[in-house]
Amino acid sequence: MTTANPAQSHSSEPSRLQRILLRQETILFVILVIGVLLLSMQSDKFLTIENLLNQGRLAAEIALIALPMTLIIITGGIDLSVGSIMGLVAIMLGVAWFNWGLPLELAIVVALLIGTACGLFNGLFITRVGLPPLITTLATLALFRGLAEGIAQARSVRGYPEWFYILGQKNFLGDLTSIPNQLLIVVLSIIAIGAALAWTPFGRSLYAIGNNETGARFSGLPVQRNKLIIYTLSGFMSGLAAWVYVSRVSTTRSDMGNGIELTAITAVVVGGTSIFGGSGTIVGTVLGLALIQLMKNGLALSGAKGDSTTIVVGVILIGAVLLNQFIQNPPARLKRLLPGQQ
Amino acid sequence: MSAATPAQATSQGNRLLGTARRMLGTQEGLLLVLLVALFLGVGLYNNQFLAWNNVSDLFNVNAYIAVAAIGMSMVIITGNIDISVGAAIGVLVTLSGYVALGLADAGLPPILVNVAAWVVPVLGGMLIGAINGFFVAYLKIPAIVVTLGMFSILKGGLILVAGGNTLYNLPEGYSIAMEDFLGIPVPVWVMIVLTGVAFLWMRYSRTGRSQYAVGGNAEAARLSGLDTRRILMTTFILSGLFAGIASVMYATQYQTIQAVVTPGLELQVITASVVGGVSILGGVGTVIGSTLAAILIRFIGSALVFVNISPFWVKAILGILILVTVLSDVVRRRRQERQ
Repeated sequence: MTTANPAQSHSSEPSRLQRILLRQETILFVILVIGVLLLSMQSDKFLTIENLLNQGRLAAEIALIALPMTLIIITGGIDLSVGSIMGLVAIMLGVAWFNWGLPLELAIVVALLIGTACGLFNGLFITRVGLPPLITTLATLALFRGLAEGIAQARSVRGYPEWFYILGQKNFLGDLTSIPNQLLIVVLSIIAIGAALAWTPFGRSLYAIGNNETGARFSGLPVQRNKLIIYTLSGFMSGLAAWVYVSRVSTTRSDMGNGIELTAITAVVVGGTSIFGGSGTIVGTVLGLALIQLMKNGLALSGAKGDSTTIVVGVILIGAVLLNQFIQNPPARLKRLLPGQQ
Repeated sequence: MSAATPAQATSQGNRLLGTARRMLGTQEGLLLVLLVALFLGVGLYNNQFLAWNNVSDLFNVNAYIAVAAIGMSMVIITGNIDISVGAAIGVLVTLSGYVALGLADAGLPPILVNVAAWVVPVLGGMLIGAINGFFVAYLKIPAIVVTLGMFSILKGGLILVAGGNTLYNLPEGYSIAMEDFLGIPVPVWVMIVLTGVAFLWMRYSRTGRSQYAVGGNAEAARLSGLDTRRILMTTFILSGLFAGIASVMYATQYQTIQAVVTPGLELQVITASVVGGVSILGGVGTVIGSTLAAILIRFIGSALVFVNISPFWVKAILGILILVTVLSDVVRRRRQERQ
């Protein structure tokens, strides 16, 4: 038994190449490339640098929210309150500047702090009281949106100074490049959060929590502290998304970010993160987001009606999970046909 | 004899106290007490709150939420969730309108037209539920993923087909939710009857009881011989059935129909279930709780107006209500564990 035939052990495990090819990220990338090529045949305007960068501008807020959402879902949690935090932060930014008369710079800081506090509030209920994340953030989804609506009383704040719109509406280095400013924030966030998840003990502990929380606690990992960190981070990033959003659309309303949680969760799950926790990557989330945004945009350019493109998003979501499951656990009949599997 | 009387009185008093405590110990009892307290409290503050028109409104407005929450409660009790219910209601409401207008144009007798417009959305709801159920039960995809996907597909599909149209000139007699029966609005009757039937079915039927078993521990339920896949399938089809009935109640309450998906409707339905004491972890809760919670949510919304608080605060209060509900549940459970 101990002297196992090397050939046998080789054939029962997929090779390194096979493992890379069968990764969700690789498959997503292939689907993305095929989709982009097909859509570029439908419209000349689709596959241009200008359009792609503009799509990056439009998807920036969802990206900022989907990044911490990936960490949370990896631990087996969820954050439904992100859209409401966006709404509350947007309103508080307007109120702090317009009603309280704070300098706009300070108002931005206050608003971001409020977003962070919202995330901390979620985190404390989840870690200290031990409430399920789904319930906690369902409650704060209502609570934060309710605070935004109650404070705003259906009024909107407009007329910000010119410099405030640079972040959301202008390009990096003035017009020297055509890279939207907020895309830089997104790229920096992707690198920072992606590196933290992949290469730090903190990041690795999130996988351990998602796989077996009790086990992680007994092996001495700071489970509660790390969970508190990711929910607080989610609040902060939702605040950042609100700032970028207000700067892009030039106005503040209490319904901002409504429903964005479902889009962000969709992007994360399409990107291969298991909704049960324990697996997933930032690269996957970025690919999932790119796939969703480009499919929607490409279809719209090919003449699809408004938001009807969400049909494709739904199909991609269920399809991606089905495909992933099929690869992880192929039916017995097919298993025999696949090389390297027994 | 005379010596025994005080002792008897105390034991009787204790029994009453015990019953009261046990009632308060259940979510349904707590909600009932809250409803009565709110009713009397706000009524004393402002008599207009107790006017018959308003009282009928208190029970009528959220009746369709309560009916949809019956299905949602069943789904949550089995340890799953249905995000697609809001989009499903949007689609089915529009479907009902199209069937009514289409068949009326074809010249069918009004009674047939109306019955078809009431029945088709219910069947449509069951079909949506069956598709959700198939993916969850047989393909083992997590319910939150399946129903999130279904939500996107239904929402996009409605925009593609109906694109925010308003349907009017609905046939005579179609708007059944505007009718009264014995002085009580039809939707309130539907809510009461369906809640009662569903409660009894979940309590006494084999499949109904199995829902709790599957939610409590799916693996144990399977090992003890329950066909968990069939039970899940049935649960999702029933959830679709109640979403369909809720859609008809919604569609027939005005003279016109908007072909839109109400944003956040699924969260209103889930909130009713959760505040009603249905545990998101599965295995616990009743539909009486979710119906009382749906009514309570309307009570709070209406009460705000009568005590001169801006209705824009209603969601904030709802959020606090959910937190308090779940917190009290945690406290209750810890106390029970200690005993």
